[in-house]
Amino acid sequence: MTANALSKTLLVIGGSSDIGRAIASRYAVAGWQVVLAVRDVAAGTRNASDIAARSGRAVPVHRLDILETDQFAAMLDGLPVLPDTVVCVVGDMGDQARSEADPLAAQRVLRANFEGPALFLGMIAERFAARGTGAIVGISSVAGDRGRASNYIYGAAKAGFTAFLSGLRNRLAGRGIRVVTVKPGFVRTRMTEGMALPGPLTADPSEVGRAVFRAAEQGRGEVIYVRGVWRPLMMVIRAVPERIFKRMQL
Amino acid sequence: MTEFHGWGRYPRHDSALISPLAPGEVASLYDDADGRPRAGLIARGAGRAYGDAAIGDSATVVMRGLDRIRSFDRQTGRVTVEAGLLLADLIGVAMPAGWFPPVVPGTRFVTIGGMIAADVHGKNHHRAGGFGDHVETLTLALPDGQMVTCGPDHHPDLFRATIGGMGLTGMIVEASFTLVPIQTGWISQRTVVAPDLDRALAALRDAAEATYSVAWIDCLARGAALGRSLVYLGEHATPADLTARAGADRWPPAVGGRFTVPLDAPSMMLNRLSVGAFNALYYKRGARAAGQAMLVPWDRYFFPLDGIGDWNRLYGARGFVQYQCVLPMTAAAGTLADILERVSRAGHASFLAVLKQLGPAHGDLSFPMEGVTLALDLPVSARVLALLNDLDRLVVAAGGRLYLAKDARQSPATFEAGYPGRDRLRRLRHQIGAPGRLSSKLSTRLGI
Repeated sequence: MTANALSKTLLVIGGSSDIGRAIASRYAVAGWQVVLAVRDVAAGTRNASDIAARSGRAVPVHRLDILETDQFAAMLDGLPVLPDTVVCVVGDMGDQARSEADPLAAQRVLRANFEGPALFLGMIAERFAARGTGAIVGISSVAGDRGRASNYIYGAAKAGFTAFLSGLRNRLAGRGIRVVTVKPGFVRTRMTEGMALPGPLTADPSEVGRAVFRAAEQGRGEVIYVRGVWRPLMMVIRAVPERIFKRMQL
Repeated sequence: MTEFHGWGRYPRHDSALISPLAPGEVASLYDDADGRPRAGLIARGAGRAYGDAAIGDSATVVMRGLDRIRSFDRQTGRVTVEAGLLLADLIGVAMPAGWFPPVVPGTRFVTIGGMIAADVHGKNHHRAGGFGDHVETLTLALPDGQMVTCGPDHHPDLFRATIGGMGLTGMIVEASFTLVPIQTGWISQRTVVAPDLDRALAALRDAAEATYSVAWIDCLARGAALGRSLVYLGEHATPADLTARAGADRWPPAVGGRFTVPLDAPSMMLNRLSVGAFNALYYKRGARAAGQAMLVPWDRYFFPLDGIGDWNRLYGARGFVQYQCVLPMTAAAGTLADILERVSRAGHASFLAVLKQLGPAHGDLSFPMEGVTLALDLPVSARVLALLNDLDRLVVAAGGRLYLAKDARQSPATFEAGYPGRDRLRRLRHQIGAPGRLSSKLSTRLGI
């Protein structure tokens, strides 16, 4: 824990999730002041008191629904300080079959994974740019690397988010602001509860926490797969010609 | 359905898997999604009970998602935690702040809820009692869907039945207890050599003042050497003790998983020859180091086997049983000699054999009683199971009992003879509507 780190603040959007908790814990252990923004305040408070008990430092909780885009400015203005790093973990996998049949369900998935996160991080980026420092981390997904029959609504939203982060990074390069895209692959969380996950491709939330910290604070990578094995795997999947891919029914 | 087994990997049973993610969900699990009552539930922690205690008769509630520390007062050492928190996790947070759990079992990969349900004992039971003795309050989801907080002064009957109650009075959701202050993460250890059983028991008795005491026993030694042991006495080391060891880290980090058993060992690997040779070497080495105090990091003192990942696979694919009995002091010497004689004569190699002194316990179904406990690990086979039935008779005749958290095979009669508090627990189970709702493979097997 350095004296420098003591004065730094992390804001986690989606702090009641397993991945959000793990990232927040990793930063808290390093001595950061952690702030959680959550839709479900009770669940967020449970994580906040856990992190506070472990780190010996209070963890404030703010209410934020990523679909209520008109509330973003007020929420940001209500923070006592502009954070040094913002991590956006929110996401909603939805149900592909339901999203195909019900435009409202599809819209929810698109907004929760793309519109909301992009707009929020865009506002953060403006403030960071004005200040001249900051790190922005977006948790995207390997599902955005190529559309698949089984989850392309979610995948399309994540692809949009990945492209947004890429553009933001491009725009802010050389202006003191770091933009990191994280593609966790499979993670053992409540979102994947009950699914049969392939062991070598599946990370624990704590691995995501460590990977984010390494990339954002120690400068190790800008577009990262939490488990390295995903990088060659997705390279191959992206390279499969469309006429073959469409017959694979992944 | 999911196949469950305990740490001994015997027996194996199918049970439905339920994973609550927040404390508020637990009480509602007594009914299914359509509001129909479920039958045969039991809570499961980290799966370190050896036998069938944490396999639900029809559904198993895995509590690992409830792993939050609710509060930790660094001034007083008082903590409130969710039941699914791992002991390893708690130690990792508490130790650098100068606190340690008042009682720990032989592995740190257990949950706090499991420690309460089994009323686990440590190497300090003779002085500190079981883990349950330190619980100040606990929150329980009762079979009628109510959440109740109980403690020594609050619903004491329910509390007493829940300490060591093997999850049969409700699902433990949260607990509060107070840690003990320590100055370093080291244990100052002294070894006493006991060339036979009588001297091993005497050494444990003489060590009543030691904070921690435990004996490793060579259960393959025979004749005059029957019961020869190394008795390890331990005290929390002070910073002054550390000066002897230059550069010692005051809070040494856990050394976990230096080596993991990658696959099931052939069951002949642990045979009389290999274990006998190991035991003889181990005894000689220990005897050489006897007398002078040495510093041992906390994890290697309390949790020596945690350094070997998945060590349960050493016993082969058929699994193993741990036989842990406690014998009242008066009968201990004679019955232990009889047990060791039979195990040694049968030639079954028990890699792990541990002797400890225990004090009285409080829970209706708590394992400890004033006396001596012996634990043996034995690979499962028809011959071993037959031998253990013989040992049960010796234990019952001596007025002893078997540890339910380790049990995979005792008979209802052995249980009835060993646990005088059983009927009080049964009455309480009736009062709270537990029969039929809360049951494990163990409770059904034993008729609890």
